[in-house]
Amino acid sequence: MKCKDIVKELADYLDEDLDSSLRASIEEHLGKCKDCRLVVDTTKQTIQIYCNSEPAPLPAETRVKLHDALAKRLHHQV
Amino acid sequence: MNSPKLNPTQPTFLPSHVVKDDEPALVGAAKAGDIQAFETLVSRYERKIFRLTQNITQNREDAEDAMQEAFLKAYEHLGDFQGNSRFYTWLVRIAVNQALMKLRRRRNNIVSLDEEVDTGEDTMPREVEDWGPSPEERYQQSELGDILSKVIGELDPAFRIVFQLRDIEQLSTEETAEALGLSVPAVKSRLLRARLKLRHNLNHYFRRGATT
Repeated sequence: MKCKDIVKELADYLDEDLDSSLRASIEEHLGKCKDCRLVVDTTKQTIQIYCNSEPAPLPAETRVKLHDALAKRLHHQV
Repeated sequence: MNSPKLNPTQPTFLPSHVVKDDEPALVGAAKAGDIQAFETLVSRYERKIFRLTQNITQNREDAEDAMQEAFLKAYEHLGDFQGNSRFYTWLVRIAVNQALMKLRRRRNNIVSLDEEVDTGEDTMPREVEDWGPSPEERYQQSELGDILSKVIGELDPAFRIVFQLRDIEQLSTEETAEALGLSVPAVKSRLLRARLKLRHNLNHYFRRGATT
């Protein structure tokens, strides 16, 4: 397996969506190739940072606008 | 008579991977006409839905409108929600549709999301550097949030939206494909491209020795 094959399979590898033999081949390559290991690790970190990031609080005026619009509509239907 | 004000206090943030056990009960109550129950759902998800619409539209006014329309549509169509998926997943799909409409209206020349796009044969990463200490430890939360927003905003929409749904909202590949009218292979190739591009752009901030 070559470095370009690792990149090709990277998404499925990270999503654990590969059969065990292909996975084993990738891990064998990663054990020997520092560059690929860094690409895999930093791509994994990229996903985790976005996945774990907390959304910022709504700007106050945005929240007021949203809740006013909802109140108007919900009140209408009561 | 004045319209009743909904609770304007900031809600407690709920991380994306946590599903509160009371969600089905709240949805059931909201379907039965309990306004407070719907209000609780809105307060629970408004931050995440706003981040979603903001990341898709890259325009605050459009993001606000898309979020508002998404919650209103969700309320109007609560009766259609069968409970086959999480309420949040259903809400995300409504919000994505609203945000995409805004995006298309503002950017007539945008590449259509269901068209073939060049996912690039040359995806080999060129910068391979250790990121050193955890970015969460190196940056304050608000600063890290600004970096993440800036970097994702630089992605082409066709890639950005797939990443948003798959890796931030945690929809499955199949759910993402269905929501965007794409094939599963198209979602996978765009996701790979998006992840590698984000990794590349974040490298500037997170590599060992980068100025913080």
